[in-house]
Amino acid sequence: MQLYQMTAHELHRLLVKKEVSAVEIAKSVYDRTDDLERKINAYITLTKEKAMRQAEAVDAKIAAGEAIAPLSGIPVAVKDNICTKDVRTTCASKILHNFVPPYNATVMEKLEANQAVLLGKTNMDEFAMGSSTENSAYFVTKNPWNIERVTGGSSGGSAAVIAAGEAVCSLGSDTGGSIRQPAALCGVVGMKPTYGAVSRYGLVAFASSLDQIGPFTRDVADCAIMLNAICGYDPKDSTSAKVGVPDYTSFLINDVKGLKIGVPKEYMAEGIEPEVRKAIEAAIEKFIELGAEVEETVLPHTDYALPTYYIIAPAEASSNLARYDGVRYGHRTEEPENIVDMFMRTRSEGFGEEVKRRIMLGTYALSAGYYDAYYLKALKVRTLIMQDLERAFAKYDVLLSPTTPSVAFKMGEKIDSPIQMYLSDICTLSANLAGIPAMSLPAGFVGNLPVGMQLMGKPFDEGMLLRFAYTFEQNTDFHKRLPLL
Amino acid sequence: MITKADVEHVALLGRLYLSEEEKERYTDQLNAILEYAQMLQKLDTENVPPTAHALPMQNVFREDCAGDCLTNEEVLSNAPEREEEYFKVPKII
Repeated sequence: MQLYQMTAHELHRLLVKKEVSAVEIAKSVYDRTDDLERKINAYITLTKEKAMRQAEAVDAKIAAGEAIAPLSGIPVAVKDNICTKDVRTTCASKILHNFVPPYNATVMEKLEANQAVLLGKTNMDEFAMGSSTENSAYFVTKNPWNIERVTGGSSGGSAAVIAAGEAVCSLGSDTGGSIRQPAALCGVVGMKPTYGAVSRYGLVAFASSLDQIGPFTRDVADCAIMLNAICGYDPKDSTSAKVGVPDYTSFLINDVKGLKIGVPKEYMAEGIEPEVRKAIEAAIEKFIELGAEVEETVLPHTDYALPTYYIIAPAEASSNLARYDGVRYGHRTEEPENIVDMFMRTRSEGFGEEVKRRIMLGTYALSAGYYDAYYLKALKVRTLIMQDLERAFAKYDVLLSPTTPSVAFKMGEKIDSPIQMYLSDICTLSANLAGIPAMSLPAGFVGNLPVGMQLMGKPFDEGMLLRFAYTFEQNTDFHKRLPLL
Repeated sequence: MITKADVEHVALLGRLYLSEEEKERYTDQLNAILEYAQMLQKLDTENVPPTAHALPMQNVFREDCAGDCLTNEEVLSNAPEREEEYFKVPKII
């Protein structure tokens, strides 16, 4: 097995035993990236010089006999909407093509404190708006399992690098499924933590009440290690939660006997491809075999999650994206006639089609005369969706479903139909609306394309998700299969 | 039903210039999306409180003491145009 194919915990063991160096690991991943990037197109920016310096620092520490953190020397890729000091951060938008943040997002400070090695910044749908990474202003990232198919989105680059061996761990952001959906379509582990568990400081805002940063990894143990590094209260984010952070690796327990799984029937209904449903049914059988108690349950307002989300998220986005005006950073149009002309031309030149569409939709939903009918109505339905979940979690430890209704679809297949594209998030939206943690893990294949299983949990109960996921992983081999590249 | 005039009005609110072709397309697409969103009207939400935020948070206060912040140079480092310690924009008044 090559270094670039290994997990963070395996590499950590080799580093500590001095069997490999951090520089060798970084080189292995960069060589792999050099070989594959023309095919996959996952990175917008590579930070090789900085990465090599970081790796050398870790090696020096090991040589000096000092202890290292679990992520020290581990190559990590970061979605390009997370601010990295002195490293260009574009959000895959032309409007930020030249933006170099003078500060680090809190998660970057935490990764640097752990001496993780930053490989580069990954491609995404522009401003995280999309479900296929086809909305990047720069290029489309290809699915490592089949390069004619999408990676999912919006964190498509961060999912693809894990599947392809172009990174060991990565960070993405999830507003309506943007970590879990690409994790499912690329056959890797992805977790959206509870809203407030990870600081959003330095995450370029899309929909502030829904956005959350989370990890992509090759296995569940690495997911726990990444959570240990990035979770925790941050005074710089006023929505960050003041709760204790457990050692997430303590939940890597291979046992779910007597624990309760609810399977919402709305998530297994028509609209889910039969082959995907079959894979999830097999996963449920596996859990029964492992001693979990499984029951069908209902989340009656599930059908309303999509229209609710597509009012609330664009409304928040239209407000958040007002800051791109050509005054303080980013693109500015040439020779504007006056200030308003500058705003309008800067924005029209800088934003892509989907971003404009959501600004239009959100502005409309918030505008005089429509606020009550659309935005306020959506906020009330959000309450009903949360109440459904609260009722379910009074009975069950986790809720289990497919992550996506289909396996990776073909490029171009849904790009002309916004609603068809939005439907690919149907299983993932409710967790964001309710703020609860949810993860996707490999649970089968349709042909050669991965199927993702979603586990949703109670607020701040990431540990329970990890326990179920770890048990499943220890008793199956899906996560070991690699794409042929 | 959203008309082209509505789209033009909203584009101005959102500070976007749209081409004629974009106006046509967004009129159709916004109508399709909002028609889909009409299904929310089927639900009785008379006595349901709105949720703007998933965590039960009220005001968040902190001690009023100075911390580290960016320098002027750092803040101005991405300015499309600057003059001395200021962001420069076209004449407003």
